[in-house]
Amino acid sequence: MTRRLFARSWLVVLVIAAWELVTRAAQESYFPPPSKILPALRQLWFDGPPSHLFLNDTAVDDFSASLGHLFAGWLLACAVGVIVGVAIGRSAPVREMVEPVLEFMRAVPTPTLVPFFIVLFHLSATMQIMTIAFGIVWPVILNTADGVRGVDPLQIDTARVFGIGPVGRLFTVILPSAMPKIFAGLRVSLGFALILMVIAELVGSTEGLGAQLINAEHSFELPTLWAVIVVLGLLGFLFNGALLLIERHFLAWHTGARRSES
Amino acid sequence: MISAVSRRRALRGLAGIAGAVGLAELVSRTGLVDQTLIPPISVVLQRAGGLFTDPEFTDGVVATLEGWATGLLLAVAAGVLLGLLLGEVRWLGTAARPIVEFCRTLSPVSLIPLAIVLFPVTFQMKVFLTCFAAVWPILINTLYALRDVDPVAKETLRSFGFGPLAVLWRVSLPAAAPFITTGIRIAASVGLIVIVSSELLAGDGTGIGGYIMTTQSSGGHTDLMLAAALWTGILGMLVNSGLVQLERRAFRWHDRKAAA
Repeated sequence: MTRRLFARSWLVVLVIAAWELVTRAAQESYFPPPSKILPALRQLWFDGPPSHLFLNDTAVDDFSASLGHLFAGWLLACAVGVIVGVAIGRSAPVREMVEPVLEFMRAVPTPTLVPFFIVLFHLSATMQIMTIAFGIVWPVILNTADGVRGVDPLQIDTARVFGIGPVGRLFTVILPSAMPKIFAGLRVSLGFALILMVIAELVGSTEGLGAQLINAEHSFELPTLWAVIVVLGLLGFLFNGALLLIERHFLAWHTGARRSES
Repeated sequence: MISAVSRRRALRGLAGIAGAVGLAELVSRTGLVDQTLIPPISVVLQRAGGLFTDPEFTDGVVATLEGWATGLLLAVAAGVLLGLLLGEVRWLGTAARPIVEFCRTLSPVSLIPLAIVLFPVTFQMKVFLTCFAAVWPILINTLYALRDVDPVAKETLRSFGFGPLAVLWRVSLPAAAPFITTGIRIAASVGLIVIVSSELLAGDGTGIGGYIMTTQSSGGHTDLMLAAALWTGILGMLVNSGLVQLERRAFRWHDRKAAA
């Protein structure tokens, strides 16, 4: 166990140590050493009282704004995407009709639409949420439709023979068996939502993590700039890991079922 | 038989596109939304046609494509080389895994402000960001592909006295090539998103992103902004389908082997 931990972590420690030593020796203001980034991080967000998990007021404002928009947009896109995806996935003609349009919408890089959304919704929470939701709804739809299409027709027929109605079939057969594909879509889209959250805040916002990045850039506070980047990286890492865990927990039966089949 | 099926598919797809365009036109024409904010799609398409001969926009497209291609090429070289190194040297691969995972989930757009400070020349800034965004999908796909290389084929070559580099060149790399190409395709679309994002923030009006920002600040003509976004989407689709075609042609042997 300890040996495995060592095999996985020695390079991380080495890289951070080398980063510290090299940046200290170089004295280059663009590349502050970690020992300067951490205090900057503390000063920016984490010098609050222990009862608030050390978060200060700025942190509460920034994180609640950014994460609020992120999850609002993500949940909106998930709800719409799964419903539309199931609807079009069940019918081959409908799917063939809408697929080219969906593929095109997915191909449009959402950041090109941020200025348009700003004109439409001004600098508001709605703008942030709509940017995120619009950007990620297409992969959710396409993945869900793909998952629903792949449901074994024999299972659906079996359910029908046993007198399970269309709604019952949807919840007991179709959705569970499409779950792995749907989950994959949700995980990819959460990572993408984080990208869109940052770009929407960079282009048009005065609050949130992206706004802190722009502030640090304009006031040339390099340690703060690096600190925000590290936090954003950790957030992405955390989200991805959390969804993988949920996926493993909820889909454990699925991997088991597939294994016993083959 | 197959052509009849694909013709039906194409017809349905066209019907879907026509329906979507018609619906968008209707929503705007009937006054359901403010026409000055969301212009009718016929107007957007007309503007998109006009952009084709507007040197300000076409120069932007060329600038974006240059940065994108340069960043992508660098990422392919770096991603494949690093992937080979980390995939073949096991202990190094295990140790590098957390770093790779961290960098991969770090959203490249959060590096834009730092890159703007670091690189005074916009082109270098764009290339750096595109390369950083594109390198991870290529690296990860190279790693996964190397793990799945048939060990018997490698052992066979080894027992015939080929050295490790020859095994790499003759067995591992060809076997991994199709999956690496898929990684490059993913990297290309991520790269386009990142380069346009960086142009939105660069503030010097170059590239497609720069064009859109200039349009927004000079009166907010949403029809022109949407037309530019439309072209970017078409660009992304063209490159994507081009790479799919390349995959199919170059790795026909792979499909056949996978089917057998």
